[in-house]
Amino acid sequence: MTRTSSSISGSFRPQLYHRSMKHIVKIMTLLVGISALWFGLLKTSMVPSSHTLLLPIYFIMCLGCYGLLMVGVGLMRFPTCPQEALLLQQDVIEAKGYLKQRGVDVGSE
Amino acid sequence: MAERNKYSIIIPTYNERLNIALVVFLVFKHLWDVDFEIIVVDDGSPDGTQEVVKQLQQVYGEDRILLRARPKKLGLGTAYSHGLKHASGNFVVIMDADLSHHPTYLPSFIKKQLETGANIVTGTRYVKGGGVHGWNLMRKLTSRGANVLAQTLLWPGVSDLTGSFRLYRKSVLEDIISSCVSKGYVFQMEMIVRASRKGYHIEEVPISFVDRIYGSSKLGGSEIVEYLKGLAYLLVTT
Repeated sequence: MTRTSSSISGSFRPQLYHRSMKHIVKIMTLLVGISALWFGLLKTSMVPSSHTLLLPIYFIMCLGCYGLLMVGVGLMRFPTCPQEALLLQQDVIEAKGYLKQRGVDVGSE
Repeated sequence: MAERNKYSIIIPTYNERLNIALVVFLVFKHLWDVDFEIIVVDDGSPDGTQEVVKQLQQVYGEDRILLRARPKKLGLGTAYSHGLKHASGNFVVIMDADLSHHPTYLPSFIKKQLETGANIVTGTRYVKGGGVHGWNLMRKLTSRGANVLAQTLLWPGVSDLTGSFRLYRKSVLEDIISSCVSKGYVFQMEMIVRASRKGYHIEEVPISFVDRIYGSSKLGGSEIVEYLKGLAYLLVTT
């Protein structure tokens, strides 16, 4: 059964953001915003400037740690499918048998 | 009046003499109740892949298996474009010929698309229900590292960027392919990222990826550099 709403116009979602704004612009805007915040902190000296100056380094370190964490977690939880390999072997045998009977060359490479 | 869907399955091949026969058999096995055609885009394989395809045409019919060969290796992107020109379906599936993409998942792609009306359904190896086999720790590490980097930089909206087992609405594929210029697997990334930027409705289904059992994998060592260059390119231009 097919749905008539699978026509082209029915499933096209409108742009979620202004089309000409590239991803890099979004990232840059974010960085500029964070930098402005950092400069603001430096200027107003609400926090001792010795701490504030080190903030970018802390930020990068956090980012790095987060990245490593994500890699580690992902690695541990990496889904594997050994049973699929077995099923594939069976599929190959079935395929070879069927095709060989019908004149397709399935000899080994 | 309900429209009937036809699925054009484009399979680029190069020296896949044995695998293409196995893939074709499995596609017919799993899509027995679906209207589809297989388009084999062979880049002048010296191992006789095209002869095997012709034999398969005798078994399954020349209207179900289309051989649209090219004289030599001309790249993946152009292979898809070439196949697209001959596709008569309203949906297009792209998949590899080396059995790492198992046709048993094709019904789940189709079902997901029908359920959600999505423009693109992409297979992901990285979620529960999917997975890989035959990957050593190093390969998993680089894959995971590459994925985290890409997610952080690009915010792509899909979990598996480099995967190339996908179902596209034909008009959507035509639109995206015309704006992509990368080569190889970066091309796959570019396609899905551009699709995401353009606001197309993308869904994912878990797939398993069993490392190729016949033939040599075309993955090399300089891939890391190419990948980083590709990421930088996508970061700036999408």
